[in-house]
Amino acid sequence: MVTQVTSLARSGLADFLIQRLSAVVLALYTLCLLSFFLVNDGLDHRQLVEFLGSASMRAFSVLAVLSTAAHGWIGLWTVGTDYIRPHYFGAWAVVFRMVYQVGCGLVLFIYTWWGIRLFWMLPG
Amino acid sequence: MQVSVYRYDPDVDEAPEMRDMSIELPEGKELMVLDLLERLKEQDPSLSYRRSCREGVCGSDGINMNGLNGLACITPVSQVAKRGKLTLRPLPGLPVIRDLVVDMSQFFDQFEKVRPYLINDQPPPAQERLQSPEERAELDGLYECILCGCCSTACPSFWWNPDKFVGPAGLLQAYRFLADSRDTASAERLRDLEDPFSVFRCRGIMNCVNVCPKGLNPTRAIGKIRGLLVKQGT
Repeated sequence: MVTQVTSLARSGLADFLIQRLSAVVLALYTLCLLSFFLVNDGLDHRQLVEFLGSASMRAFSVLAVLSTAAHGWIGLWTVGTDYIRPHYFGAWAVVFRMVYQVGCGLVLFIYTWWGIRLFWMLPG
Repeated sequence: MQVSVYRYDPDVDEAPEMRDMSIELPEGKELMVLDLLERLKEQDPSLSYRRSCREGVCGSDGINMNGLNGLACITPVSQVAKRGKLTLRPLPGLPVIRDLVVDMSQFFDQFEKVRPYLINDQPPPAQERLQSPEERAELDGLYECILCGCCSTACPSFWWNPDKFVGPAGLLQAYRFLADSRDTASAERLRDLEDPFSVFRCRGIMNCVNVCPKGLNPTRAIGKIRGLLVKQGT
């Protein structure tokens, strides 16, 4: 068993399930938005804010933002551990990987915080 | 016929190189790539490669032929040569000892990790542990692996993390014992595979299935291990 890893849940099974569940949430969210746009022709700003500001859509949007963050972290962490390694970067690989992971984590955190704030502040 | 062969002797050469050799093929007779290598060795006795049974049973002569891994002894030249040209390289991703001979220590280290033997904590019966024909059939497509390494060395996940990802050959054997009705160590075996690398680093691109000289399907076995892990974890 490989231990000491910085994956999301520190468990391959948990990461595997989170990645798939978050993908399902994002697919459903995309379908929900698409069907809303298809059904409501000639949409204006007020209708859009009303739709996204409803309690259920607000919760769904926050869930989609959190799913994007979790899905994104697992994917980016996998890419980093595949490509940033001593074979290519020698002894610097650990430093580069840490910088990459901190950078990815920071970007995902800012987007998540900003996304949640954006949806939560919509007039209900 | 033009054959380009990977040559590297670390005692003499500074870096590996591809060396062109030409050879006359006999008319109306199909040669295997191993026969070709034997003839090339007559030209240049310093050419090194592994071989043993020459009938696809021992798994010694796994090499990369025109970009595709396979066993030299059961691969017809006509099947892999393109426009009268053949490029022979060692199995990718493993350290080269010399020419087409690779160091398979990492491959066997991963194989050892999955404990590829029957574990049973029950007292042994007087004669043998029996299986029904159905239970025995569960092992078909799993036990036939000859450990040639063609699958694991065709897998990018194994190239990138050969110290952490078990690889298709090892995982096929892991499932061979998980599927065995006589084995009682399934829970421990699954616990050892549950981390983010050992089995979950497989991205399912099926290179292993594409190159397996025995026609086995490690990707399906990996899918079944994932299914068992999900069942055990939920």
